[in-house]
Amino acid sequence: MLTFTLRRLLLAIPTLLAISLVIFLLVDLAPGSPMSEIPLTVPPDVRQRMIEALGADQPVIVRYVLWLRQFFWVEPATLFDGWFGTTWAEGEQRILSWQSRSPVFTIIGQRLPQTLTVIGTAYLVGILIALPIGIYSAYRQYSLFDQGGTLFAMIGFSVPTFFSGTLFIIIFAVWLGWFPTKYDTQLVVNDWDSFIKQIQQMALPVMTLGLANAAAISRYMRSSMLDNMGMDYVRTARAKGLSERTVVLKHVLRNSLIPVVTVIALGIPAIFGGAIITENLFGVNGIGAALIGAIHANDIPMVQTLAFIFAVLIVLFNLIADVLYGLLDPRIRYD
Amino acid sequence: MKLRTALLGAAAVLAWAPAAFAERGTDGEVKLTFPQAVSIMNPYLSGGTKDIWASSMVLEPMAGIDPDGNLITKLAVEIPTVDNGGVSADMTSITWKLQPGLKWSDGTPVTADDAVFTWQYCTDPAGGCSQATKYEGVASVEAVDPSTIKVTFSGPKPNPYTAFVGALSPVLQKAQFAACLGAAAPTCTDQNNMPIGTGPFKVTGFTVNDTVSMAMNENYRDPAKPAFASAVIKGGGDAESSARAVMETGEFDYAWNTQIPPDSQAAMSAAGKGQFVVAFGTLVERLEMNTTDPSADLPEGERSTAKHPHPILSDIKVRTALSKAIDRSILVEVGYGAGGKPTCNVIPGPEAWASDNEGCIAQDMPGAMALLDEAGWKDSDGDGIRDKDGKKLSILYQTTVNPIRQDFQALIKDWWTELGVEVELKAIDPGVFFGGDPGSPDTFQKFYADVEMYANNSDNPDPETYLGQYQCKNAPTPENGWQGENINRFCDPMYDELHAKLTQTTDVAERQAIAKQLNDMVTKDSMIVVPLVHRGTLSAHSNALGGVAINAWDSELWNVADWFRVK
Repeated sequence: MLTFTLRRLLLAIPTLLAISLVIFLLVDLAPGSPMSEIPLTVPPDVRQRMIEALGADQPVIVRYVLWLRQFFWVEPATLFDGWFGTTWAEGEQRILSWQSRSPVFTIIGQRLPQTLTVIGTAYLVGILIALPIGIYSAYRQYSLFDQGGTLFAMIGFSVPTFFSGTLFIIIFAVWLGWFPTKYDTQLVVNDWDSFIKQIQQMALPVMTLGLANAAAISRYMRSSMLDNMGMDYVRTARAKGLSERTVVLKHVLRNSLIPVVTVIALGIPAIFGGAIITENLFGVNGIGAALIGAIHANDIPMVQTLAFIFAVLIVLFNLIADVLYGLLDPRIRYD
Repeated sequence: MKLRTALLGAAAVLAWAPAAFAERGTDGEVKLTFPQAVSIMNPYLSGGTKDIWASSMVLEPMAGIDPDGNLITKLAVEIPTVDNGGVSADMTSITWKLQPGLKWSDGTPVTADDAVFTWQYCTDPAGGCSQATKYEGVASVEAVDPSTIKVTFSGPKPNPYTAFVGALSPVLQKAQFAACLGAAAPTCTDQNNMPIGTGPFKVTGFTVNDTVSMAMNENYRDPAKPAFASAVIKGGGDAESSARAVMETGEFDYAWNTQIPPDSQAAMSAAGKGQFVVAFGTLVERLEMNTTDPSADLPEGERSTAKHPHPILSDIKVRTALSKAIDRSILVEVGYGAGGKPTCNVIPGPEAWASDNEGCIAQDMPGAMALLDEAGWKDSDGDGIRDKDGKKLSILYQTTVNPIRQDFQALIKDWWTELGVEVELKAIDPGVFFGGDPGSPDTFQKFYADVEMYANNSDNPDPETYLGQYQCKNAPTPENGWQGENINRFCDPMYDELHAKLTQTTDVAERQAIAKQLNDMVTKDSMIVVPLVHRGTLSAHSNALGGVAINAWDSELWNVADWFRVK
């Protein structure tokens, strides 16, 4: 098992290097220029000097190697220095965003907590809504509740978040005035009042994303329950005279949860990626909003670094899933 | 409704009372929202208007410009002129005097050295300063004494109010930025995000592309201002959501750049929580006519160059006909509402500089048709498209991807089709169109199309530099890497001569007359540029915010020190 894990880890290195090169070339070859948002009143020679100051006029290969060095040496060294007070990265150039001239990792560090709180909560809320709907829909298949659940899932699937989000803003913020439309990222939660404020400002984005998440998971839950309801062991349980409650919630549910848990777990890396549209709509300064802002401004270092971090997360979570399968199921042997 | 109007009126009257004897920091927090978030607080390293407006609350120049286009003092004691001896008689130098007792927000005194340093900072070739044009033609900046700054130009400069004037050219603190000269400029993250300034506010917190938190500056030169103890600028979202946060939910006091469709403007105004304000500068949405042949049959390197004149648009009658067919009032109604008005000028303002040219405003379809007939373009084969010598009157019309521009394209295409012109439309990603990549065929400079539409403006009320764009030498060509602002490849020796005269003329009235003449030469006399809409910047402020005076010539937040809470 250990050899397998080590082998997979070593294999991940060339994979990630290849991915980083592909991302770099894709981002670099995409049309556009970091100067496209500069007003036309700035003359061409000034633009040229600005591009040179950013280092954007260097050949692709030079910039790629520089980025690799910054990503794999300067940034970890800076982190290490921050923890232990050493001076490994002193005088080294960190990865700077072209748009804001701030270190990319500082920006990510500022934004990750917002993304994790808002998107994470939405995911949790989505699961909490989806599971009961899925269970009861399957238990009372084709009932009025099931039809309602299906309708709910259809709406959640097919209505894009930019539409449902705007609708929620108009209903809950403009008409009813219950919640703010813009997320206050400076809010510090230190007492009951600020906690209520935080809940209020999270309500709309969480609702919007929760609806979309719940729709998907409730369908998985329902179909998994239906698969198990007709099994022989369920008939046996009923024949033993167990109550319906025990049959459904203990026997059927436990077995049905296995595939659903897999689906839920594989969705977790997506939380780190943020939600581009929802974050933008409600002014949550998360990773998704950073990515789209950087793409608009042709901020190549920022886009490149974010895309690569997502790639690392996906490779990592795939590895974790593979290793977990081996641990959970002795029939799967890698050695 | 009447009662509400009366109450609002009463509130407005009362609002002036507290303003008169307001004290610093008594009105709590003022909340602003920008659809594009602030990335950096140093205008010398940014080109985005959002960053420059935000930094204008903190950093200040010697002089600013008021909503009428007049110079007003900021750090200077008075505006230097030839009359008061501040500008030398031969226009080769200008001397600014700092107000006595000025302090940075950290309590240290402002001196002439700070201004000298600012000039060095922006003119260092390795620094990539985005406002370098402000210091163009400046030979030296020297500190005559601690409160006197002398700017010497390399030649006579009829408009000496460029360096240290307006939000694009504020004074930086030498002590803070000393280590940030040249190549080090972009790496000074803390300085760039939290510059020390002399303005009414100082930065207390900065989250990149999200929020700027500010507190009042205790060392601000007017002890009674600002009325607000703190300010916050929240960025992100879009124009619609920013406008809504002011006009419908009342979460924010001020929203910059709320250019939204006219029907949404009306709906939001009806909520009664705030109002839209508009300032008209020089921004003009226009059609640019290509005077050179963009045909794909020509070899690369000769397309859209002066070697091949345009087969159709070289004829002024065709250009005039295309302009006459357009109903500019409908364009305004569809696209901009209160945020625009029809125009026939490249220089639509300030009023004293604008030509009285209004001939294009009324649509004249029969006149346009007659012109095309006269030019020899007739529909000889009855397919609805005019032709001449076997060539169809067919036009490729390009612009950027933008909902209003696509509406304009559709409307103009309809009018031109009615005229018997075949129109092909093309919409290009703005990042590519304005990106200036010489390798891309789709940049606005390369102009591989017959007609293109975009907006441009002058960054100074004095349009000398702006009008300089249309000189022959500024045409983009393969030789200069397709860089240049003379997009139309317009070339008229008379124009160049007159522009040269403008750069030598010092008398303001005469300058204005020349500017009008130059404006007419590229618009109504030649129809090289076909202006469509004079666009304003539309912003929104809550009824609870007083003192707002929107400004098109300087930062919109130029008088943020005078803002107050309407109680």
